[in-house]
Amino acid sequence: MSEENKGYMLRIVTPERIFYEGEVEMVEMNTTEGQIGVLPGHIPLTVIVKPGILLITEAEGVKEAALHSGFAEILPDRMTILAEIVEWPAEIDLDRAEAALHRAQERLANRDSQTDLARAETALQRAIARIEVLK
Amino acid sequence: MASMRDIKRRRSSIQSTQQITKAMKLVSTVKLQRARAGAERSKSYFSCMYDTMNSILARVGHVEHKYLMPGRTGKKAVILITSNRGLAGGYNNNVAKLITRHETWKKEELLIYAIGNKGRDILARSGYEIKEELPEVMEQPAYADAMYLTQRLLESFENGEISEIYLAYTAFKNTVSHIPTLVKLLPVEQEEGAGQGQEKENAGDEAPMNFEPGDEEALDLIIPKYVASLIYGGLVEALASENGARMQAMDNATNNAEELIDDLGLLYNRARQGSITQELTEIIAGASAIQ
Repeated sequence: MSEENKGYMLRIVTPERIFYEGEVEMVEMNTTEGQIGVLPGHIPLTVIVKPGILLITEAEGVKEAALHSGFAEILPDRMTILAEIVEWPAEIDLDRAEAALHRAQERLANRDSQTDLARAETALQRAIARIEVLK
Repeated sequence: MASMRDIKRRRSSIQSTQQITKAMKLVSTVKLQRARAGAERSKSYFSCMYDTMNSILARVGHVEHKYLMPGRTGKKAVILITSNRGLAGGYNNNVAKLITRHETWKKEELLIYAIGNKGRDILARSGYEIKEELPEVMEQPAYADAMYLTQRLLESFENGEISEIYLAYTAFKNTVSHIPTLVKLLPVEQEEGAGQGQEKENAGDEAPMNFEPGDEEALDLIIPKYVASLIYGGLVEALASENGARMQAMDNATNNAEELIDDLGLLYNRARQGSITQELTEIIAGASAIQ
């Protein structure tokens, strides 16, 4: 690192738009390997995103978003999240998320050999992430 | 010479056709601007995706991964992106020609995944096997559509039904230049991409990239996303190209109509003058007969 920097550049891009671009101090999110928090000067790392809450700590405060799928490329001075689905709390429909939560729970409760477990679990995680962000 | 009434009728019919083509041109201009903005918005995603993919491939080297191994048997899947509506000049035919006039491909070894009605019609007419058709996607391309199609393709790929996946679409260079393009999606071509990725990585940062989970699992998860993003990129570019092509076609049609109207105007005037002269000669002849 060139200097004692407090922040790094975060870019979150989706196929449809640039979701976020700016200087941040810390990013927390859920990955296939568990919850991680990324500070400046991280070693180069690529992680796969799992549905969860994305916490962006900026100099002025903390922003929350629901991040569902994609992957992130972390470098010492910047981080790029290629997200397929990511939403600000204002974009989330609580009723729909709750309905999805119940559906997923039901499917997991009455599972049989036909149930696609992985899919139901992802749906459950998504719904939980959406509802958590709104709280 | 055609009668005055005939010419007049023909002229007004061309005039109303011209009004339609003019309106269609305006509509596709607006649609083009929207599609173009959409294509530009998603561009950063694809370039990031492409770079990441290359740096991963450069790192893993030649692994025996199911998505990277060439030379399996099975049919070739071709995703053909065309429009649902016509009146876009050679737009649809040019993409279809990539497949029908391909040097080495045979009709029997292809499975067509047709997005858009026109391309499906062209290929079905010449006897290609249409495996799936998704005309509604073209109305409003969404990333979810690309993800769905990718899932279907990867399923067939894994159970050995297809061995290669190609994408045929029209790349959008600028408003007037659209290039029919054929790209190979799977198996991912390693050599070329790997080289580029290596250079880039060395130039940018010295520390090698780490993967969590391991390289192969990362590939398992990232390659489907990569394929989906290429398909989505093809969709948005094709939409922009379609409207660009239609705008040009309608502009030409409007100009041609203008020319026809001018010509018919001259003919009409000549016919009118002719009939006046004829009437005059008849009157004069009649008058001199009475005297």
